Amino acid sequence: MTIVTRKVSLTVNGKAVSADVEDRTLLVHLLRDNLGLTGTHVGCDTSQCGACTVHIDGRAVKSCTVLVGQADGSNVTTIEGLAGHNELHPMQAAFRDNHGLQCGYCTPGMIMAAVDMVRRHGGKLDEATVRQELEGNICRCTGYHNIVKSVLDAAGRMEMASAAE
Amino acid sequence: MKADGIGARLARKEDKRFITGKGRYVDDVRVHGMTYAHFVRSPHAHARVKGIDISEAMGRPGVLAVLTGRELVDDKIGNLICGWMVHSKDGSPMKMGAWPAMAPETVRFVGQAVAVVIGETRNQARDGAEAVIVDYEVLPAAADIKAAIAPGAPQLHPEAAGNAVFNWSIGDDKAVDAAMSKAAHKVTFELENNRLIPNAMEPRAALAEYNEAEEHFTLHTTSQNPHVARLVLSAFYNIAQEHKLRVIAPDVGGGFGSKIFIYPEEMVALWASKKVGRPVKWTSDRTEAFLTDAHGRDHLTKATMAFDANHKILALRVDTHANFGAYMSLFSSSVPTYLYATLLSGQYNIPNIYAEVTGVYTNTAPIDAYRGAGRPEASYLLERLIETAARTFKVDPAELRRKNFITSFPHQTPVIMAYDIGDFNASLDAALKEIDYAGFPARKEKAKKEGKLRGIGFSCYIEACGIAPSKAVGSLGAGVGLWESAEVRVNPVGTIEVLTGSHSHGQGHETTFAQVVADRLGIPANQIQIVHGDTDKVQFGMGTYGSRSGAVGISAIVKAMEKVEAKAKKIAAHQLEASESDIVIENGTFKVTGTDRLMPLASVALAAYTGHNLPDGMEPGLKEGAFYDPTNFTFPSGTYVCEVDVDAATGKTSFVDFVAVDDFGRLINPMIVEGQVHGGLVQGIGQALLERAVYDNSGQLVTASYMDYAMPRAEDVPSFKLQHTTTLCPGNPLGIKGCGEAGAIGAPAAVINAITDAIGNNSLEMPATPDRVWHAIQSGRA
Amino acid sequence: MYETIYHRPSSIDEAAALFAKNEDGKYLAGGHTLIPVMKSRLAAPSNVIDIGRIPALIGIEAAGGTLMIKAATTYYDIMSSTQVKQSIPAIARLTSMLGDPQVRARGTIGGSIANNDPAADFPAAVLALGATIRTNKRDIAADDFFKGIFTTALQDGELITAVLFPLAAKAGYSKFRHPASRFALTGVFVAQSKGGDVRAVATGASQSGVMRVGEIEKALKANWSAAALDSVKISPDGLLEDIHGTAEYRANLVKVMAQRAVESAE
Repeated sequence: MTIVTRKVSLTVNGKAVSADVEDRTLLVHLLRDNLGLTGTHVGCDTSQCGACTVHIDGRAVKSCTVLVGQADGSNVTTIEGLAGHNELHPMQAAFRDNHGLQCGYCTPGMIMAAVDMVRRHGGKLDEATVRQELEGNICRCTGYHNIVKSVLDAAGRMEMASAAE
Repeated sequence: MKADGIGARLARKEDKRFITGKGRYVDDVRVHGMTYAHFVRSPHAHARVKGIDISEAMGRPGVLAVLTGRELVDDKIGNLICGWMVHSKDGSPMKMGAWPAMAPETVRFVGQAVAVVIGETRNQARDGAEAVIVDYEVLPAAADIKAAIAPGAPQLHPEAAGNAVFNWSIGDDKAVDAAMSKAAHKVTFELENNRLIPNAMEPRAALAEYNEAEEHFTLHTTSQNPHVARLVLSAFYNIAQEHKLRVIAPDVGGGFGSKIFIYPEEMVALWASKKVGRPVKWTSDRTEAFLTDAHGRDHLTKATMAFDANHKILALRVDTHANFGAYMSLFSSSVPTYLYATLLSGQYNIPNIYAEVTGVYTNTAPIDAYRGAGRPEASYLLERLIETAARTFKVDPAELRRKNFITSFPHQTPVIMAYDIGDFNASLDAALKEIDYAGFPARKEKAKKEGKLRGIGFSCYIEACGIAPSKAVGSLGAGVGLWESAEVRVNPVGTIEVLTGSHSHGQGHETTFAQVVADRLGIPANQIQIVHGDTDKVQFGMGTYGSRSGAVGISAIVKAMEKVEAKAKKIAAHQLEASESDIVIENGTFKVTGTDRLMPLASVALAAYTGHNLPDGMEPGLKEGAFYDPTNFTFPSGTYVCEVDVDAATGKTSFVDFVAVDDFGRLINPMIVEGQVHGGLVQGIGQALLERAVYDNSGQLVTASYMDYAMPRAEDVPSFKLQHTTTLCPGNPLGIKGCGEAGAIGAPAAVINAITDAIGNNSLEMPATPDRVWHAIQSGRA
Repeated sequence: MYETIYHRPSSIDEAAALFAKNEDGKYLAGGHTLIPVMKSRLAAPSNVIDIGRIPALIGIEAAGGTLMIKAATTYYDIMSSTQVKQSIPAIARLTSMLGDPQVRARGTIGGSIANNDPAADFPAAVLALGATIRTNKRDIAADDFFKGIFTTALQDGELITAVLFPLAAKAGYSKFRHPASRFALTGVFVAQSKGGDVRAVATGASQSGVMRVGEIEKALKANWSAAALDSVKISPDGLLEDIHGTAEYRANLVKVMAQRAVESAE
C-alpha cells in the first residue's frame, strides 16, 4: 500500500516541527496523531463546535477546517503551549477558579477562543459580548454560566496584567 | 466548615489536566499496532440485507479486514439486551426484538451497522467502507409513533404485533373513573415531549486490545459505568469471560445518559481485535453520534386532571405512547414506565392516578435514558396541566400549586413512590421573592409599552433520584441491583486512595468525594486520590447516572470510612494506651479526648502496616470496603420560575430572568452543585426552545448534524439566579438527594409556561422555535 | 476526506495555470466552505489550489467612490477595517454577524460569493449595492453574477480577485439567524444608491438563492422608512420551508428584517 505524503514544517508551541503527512490531513489530526498534542479535540464534523480551536499566527481558528498545507510555515499555539511549563495562563486559571468546565472536552477550545476574544476586545468585554463571541464554541455541560464568568474574570486579570507592564 | 470539607467551594482537583490539555479521553489513547474501524451503515430506515460484497473493499489500500453480521452470528456473539423486564397490564412480558451488533438480515434504522472495515489508518478504513457494496431490499418504514401504530403499518419485529413493546399501566383505573365522575372541573391536555439527541461533546469511542497469549481483552471506552459494560459484554455477548476483560473508562467527555448503554461498536471492536490480531480503535464522528447514540424522550400524551369546586386535585389520568426506536436499548423499558409514571404525582396531593403507557417500535435510533429520563416528561406534563388549569380557573398559578402541595411527610403517592421529606412551600416562596413576583404586573405593563410581550412561567418539579434500592428495583423488573461500592485504602504514609464504583464524566467526583473524606479526617483534600473507571482497580460498581453518585456513591464511601476509622481508632487506642471510646479524630490526628495525647493519621497508618504493635488478633493493614444499598429513592425538588420577552414580529424568545430554587439536601461542594444545575437548566431550555430530532417520513434523520439540530449556544441562554432550600434526606448518612438532573427536569415547563403566558396562546409545543411562536401569535390573533 | 493534492501558488497567474494544468481542481482561500464539504465527502476535488496567501488578493482600498475588497481578505479584516466602517458601515456590520469569530478569522469575501450559498450573507450586500465582481478575466456586474442556488456566472477556472462596491447613500443589513447552523434563516440588505435607486435583497429565504424584493424596494423608494413597510405583504411563494421555518414565516422575516435593516442603515 502506498500513501502519498509530503513534508510540512511549522512552529508549534514555539518549537519547529515537521511531519510527513497526506495532503488531505487536517491540522487537528496532525496535532493529535503526529505530534501527540491531544488537548485539541474534535467534537463535530461541521466546523461548529470549536473544540478544535487553536491559534494560527495569533488568531483563533478551527483546526478541523485547516488543511496541513494551509498551515505549512505557520506559527501554531495549542492549549498545551498557552502557558509555560507548570504555569497557567490567566484564562486557564480563571476557568478553574470559576468552575468554567465540567467534562473538560470543550474546554481547551473554549480557552483558546476566549484568549483570542480578550486579545481583540481588551477590557471592554461585558456579558452580552462574551456570549455573542462564544458563538463558535459549544459546551454541553456548564450551561455557559460559569464559562462567561470565567472569561470576564480572566479579561479583568489580563487587563490588570497588561496595565502593570 | 473545614477548608476542604463538606460545604466548601473547593476548586476542582481534576481541572488542571483539563485546562492544560492533559485530559486523557479514549481517542487520545494510542497503542502500538493500532488499527482503525469504520462501520458500514444502513442508508435505509428499513431494509432486508440481501447480500454484502466485500471483494472491492478488501482490495483497497490498507484494508485489513471486512467483517459482517453473518460472522458475528457464526461466532455466536450475543444480541444486545434490555436489562429491565417490564410486563404489560395483561401480564405478558415486553416484546424484545432481536438486535444483533451488525445486522445480518434486516436493518431497522438509518445508521444501523451492517459491516465493519478495519484499516491501517482512519482514512483507509473509511475509504474501504465506501467500497463495501450492500444489496438492500428497501422495506416500508414507520418513522414515528403515529405511523407505527396506524392500521397496516410496517411491522418491525415478528415478536411485537402492532409494533407494541408493551402496554403497561400503573395506578387504579376504577378509582380514577369514580373521582373523575364527581369532579367540578376537568382539564384535558394533549402534548408531545420532543425527541432529543444527547450530544455529549466527546463522541463515543472504543479502543480494544486482545492479548492472545493471555486470552485477555482490554477495552478503553466512553462509559458511565465500565463495570456494567464488562458484566454485559461477558455475561450476555459471549465476547470474553469477565476475568479476561478489563474495561477502562478514562476521562469521559460528558454522558447525560447516552454513555450508560452498551453499544454495538464496542462489542464489534473487541471481537474484531481478536479476529485481526491487532488493537482496534473506533471513534464516532458527530454524524454517527446523531444517528446511533441512544436518543431521549419522544412521548405523545393525553392527560386529564380533575378538580373539585375548591380547585383541589381529585384525580389524574394519563395515556402515553412512548417511542422506543427500532430496538430496546439497555435500560429503555424503565424510562417511560418506572422513571416516568411513578412521578406523576409531582409535588401535589393527588389521591387518584392512573397511567397507561404503550411502548412503540419505530424505524428510528433506539431511545433510552437521557438526563432526567422519564422524570422530565412527567414534570413537563404535570406543570403544563396545572398551569393550564390556573388559566382556565383564572386563579394565580403559584397559589393553585400551593393549594395542592403535599405538606406532610412521609407521603405515599398512588404511584409507588413514598416521598420521605421536602418543603415545597419553602422553595416556591424563595422563588417568588427572588423574581419579585409581586412586581411582575408592573414589569409586564412596562414591557408592553416598549412593544414586548412579557410572560412569567412556573415549574415545581420533583424527581426520584439516588437510584436505587436493589430490592425495590428488582421487584419492578431491573436485571441488576443499584447499590454502590467503595474501598478506602489508607497508605502506610497516611495518604488515601478511595476507589469508587461511581464514574465521573464531568461531575467532579475527584473533588467532592475527596471533600467527604477530608471532612471526616480533617486532612487536606489533596492528600486523597479518587480512583474510578477501571475494572482492574475497582472491584465492582454500578456507575453514574440518575443523580445517584452523591446519594449512593458517597454513602458507600462513608460506610467504608466508618470501618477504616473504627479500626484506626482501635490502633490508636492501643498505642496511646487509652480506651477506644475516648479516641476522637481531629485535624488529621487520633486524639485521646480531653488530653494532648495524639497520633497523627500517618503514624496510625504506619503502625497498621508495620504490624509491630497492634491489638491482639488484629490483621495488619488499613483498608476497608463497603457496599451501600439505599433504603429508598431520594426526592430532590424545587421551583423554577422564568420571565421572558417574546418579540412578536419574529417570535423570538429572550430571557429577562431565570430563578432556580432547589432542595438537594446536603451540598458537598455548592460550586459544583451550581454547575450541575446550570448545565441541566440549559439542556432543559434547549428542549424547550431549540432541540428536536426530526425524522422524515421515510425514516431519514433530518437533524443529523449541528447544521440542523439546534444546540444551545451561550447567546441563547441567560445567567441564572440559584438558591437552595434544604431538607436533609433521612435515607442516607449525609442527607444527600442528588442534583444532576434537576435542571433538565424543571426547566422546560417553566419556559413554555412563560412563553404561552406572554403570547396569550396555550397551544404551543416544544421546541418553541421562533417559527412556532410566531405562528401561535398569529393564530391567537385570528 | 478523499485523497487530494494541495497546491499553494504565489500569484494569480500561477493559480490559474495550476487550475488549467490539473484535473478537477478547486480554489481554496479560507476553506470554510470547501473543507467542510470535502470532510463530509460531498466534494472530492483531486487538486486544491490555495489562493489564501496570494498578496494581490488581500487588501481593502477605498477611492473614487468605490470600496474595493480583494477576494482573499478575511471577514475579520473586513469587519475591523476603518475604511470599510467609514465608507460602507453596513458591510462591516454584516461581516461582524457572519459565522463566528474563528470562522471570521479564516473565511473570505471571495469564498462567500463564489459558492452562492442560499444562506450566505455577502451575496445580499453585493446585489443590493450593485457591486462589481472582478475576476482574473473580466468584470461582472452583480446583476449578472448570481445565477440561482450554488450557481454563478464564473467560468471554469475563473478566479474572483476583488469585489468593488460603489459607495451608497444609505445601507443597512439585518439578519435572523438559523437556530442551528447560525447562517441566515433570513437576512435582508437594503441600500439607497447615491443616485437614489433603492434595492432590498434577501438571503436565506428563497429557494432560488439571493433575491431582490420588489415590493420592499418600491415602498422604500417612495418613503425610506421602516414604517413604510408596515403594509407590505410578502408572498411565501418560492420561499424555503423546513423544520426551522415555514415559507410564511420566512416571508414575514423578509419584511421584518428589511424594516430592521432600514432602521440600522447609515
